[in-house]
Amino acid sequence: METLELTQEEQFQARIDADIRIEPKDWMPDAYRKTLIRQISQHAHSELVGMLPEGNWITRAPSLKRKSILLAKVQDEAGHGLYLYSAAETLGASRDQMLADLHSGKAKYSSIFNYPTLSWADMGCVGWLVDGAAILNQVPLCRTSYGPYARAMVRVCKEESFHQRQGFEIMQTLCEGAPTQKAMAQEALNRWWWPTLMMFGPADADSPNTAQSMNWRIKRFTNDELRQKFVDMMVPQAEFLGLTVPDEKVQWNDTKNGYDFGDVDWEEFWNVVKGNGLCNQERLGARVKAHEEGAWVREAAMAHAEKRKARG
Amino acid sequence: MADSLTTAPIPTETQTQLFHYVVQLADTSLILAHRLSEWCGHGPILEQDLALANIALDFLGEARSYYQYAAELEGQGRTEDDLAYLRSAVEYRNPLLVEQPNGDFAATIVRQFIYDTFHYHLLQQLQAGPDTQLAAIAEKSVKEAAYHLKWSSEWVIRLGDGTEESRRRVEQAIAGLWRYAGELTTPNPTEKELQAAGLVPDYTAMLPQMEAHIARVFAEATLPVPQGVFMQKGGKDGRHTEYLGYLLTELQYMQRTYPGLTW
Repeated sequence: METLELTQEEQFQARIDADIRIEPKDWMPDAYRKTLIRQISQHAHSELVGMLPEGNWITRAPSLKRKSILLAKVQDEAGHGLYLYSAAETLGASRDQMLADLHSGKAKYSSIFNYPTLSWADMGCVGWLVDGAAILNQVPLCRTSYGPYARAMVRVCKEESFHQRQGFEIMQTLCEGAPTQKAMAQEALNRWWWPTLMMFGPADADSPNTAQSMNWRIKRFTNDELRQKFVDMMVPQAEFLGLTVPDEKVQWNDTKNGYDFGDVDWEEFWNVVKGNGLCNQERLGARVKAHEEGAWVREAAMAHAEKRKARG
Repeated sequence: MADSLTTAPIPTETQTQLFHYVVQLADTSLILAHRLSEWCGHGPILEQDLALANIALDFLGEARSYYQYAAELEGQGRTEDDLAYLRSAVEYRNPLLVEQPNGDFAATIVRQFIYDTFHYHLLQQLQAGPDTQLAAIAEKSVKEAAYHLKWSSEWVIRLGDGTEESRRRVEQAIAGLWRYAGELTTPNPTEKELQAAGLVPDYTAMLPQMEAHIARVFAEATLPVPQGVFMQKGGKDGRHTEYLGYLLTELQYMQRTYPGLTW
């Protein structure tokens, strides 16, 4: 006998297909929950670890104004981390567990932060390119199917677009400055260009999770689509700055109405993912150190709160 | 206070002393902001990482206001960045306390608590003082300072009356840092002259309130208030601990390496 009743899973997919947001108390397939926890916590960890490469230049910023903007920016990243951990908590994940997974190496964070920041121009490149790539990845997430994540991303994206503008502005000031400053900008672009292209993840053919994530509308564009958008956006901006993108194969293609570009070094990408980037050990080490050295502080705060409660 | 000064033009010698004093305030806020900003990304818990960065930003903003005013008082065309980036350690006028290294979280908290207690009471006086520029900066900053004092006081209490370890650490921090507290309220020649002119508050008048606050917080933290500590001084006259040179090397790196460029 045929039944008109939909299974829970079919009802769920029907809501997704109708672009109705899923909220914390709604039924959801386990795999959807797991995928989201993985993605949101990875994103939160990236904000946390992402504070380190830029934090590296706060004490050395070249003017008080730049110092103030940079410190505010890194502080924003801590704030993003907080929203995102909270969003993941609505799915039943605990912050302690998520942090434990980060510290043990089980959970990943964006590999871009495993590259070192070597000159002031890196603050420009991180804002302009890295935040630029992050925005392309993140704007579609403002419409992602899980409500708390989508709402957190609306706030994150607003701040990220400010960060990107200030990064571009650092680059512009360098490019309009003395020859040493322009050289500093070009040298930084040479180092950051390829790693930022890797930020969109492996090529579509090697990205097994993409199809399911697209189907659940957690993800709305494929990795390669976003990478192409990024190149199309950034090549003219580099030209505007008078800088050269370090890829001889970059060339406008009328037929596809976009730029052709060279092949990403996927061996480097997978190496950094596996922990072999120049700063993997330092970045994770710094997070573990902060957490371990902070243990007595967290214990003291809890002990004091309990003493107060006991006193009534 | 000498209220007649509100309308009388400030003599040039006093103006020079005022410049030195405003630079002293600026240096103090900048150096403390620098130390606090070193925590960014390394705090014991994400919420406190945010709080530390927030406080650092407040001090940085306050430092910039003072430097801009100092540059104006001097009238030699120097900018806030010239004052911050192109003076050597012996020209810096911050008290010794704020240049002390972060140490562990307890040391950072104790350093902050000592300074916040002074800072909050100072700004309360300055906002009512005769110099309109200083009063305006103080009026804006005192709201932030009230929050800083609340934050550091609460942490002294938590650490003092927390666990055995936190108590040991906070006691150790007090033992190391209390000797820098006295300089804050001991006027140097510049401050003495400006106090006589009614432009800088009389610190002895601020002491009872400051001591009462310290006594209240320490009592709640179950910590004894240190007594009879030999007080170090000299920072406000350019005689610093060895820490400042390294701090400035880092802070001034770009401006010293690439002189005269715009960033």
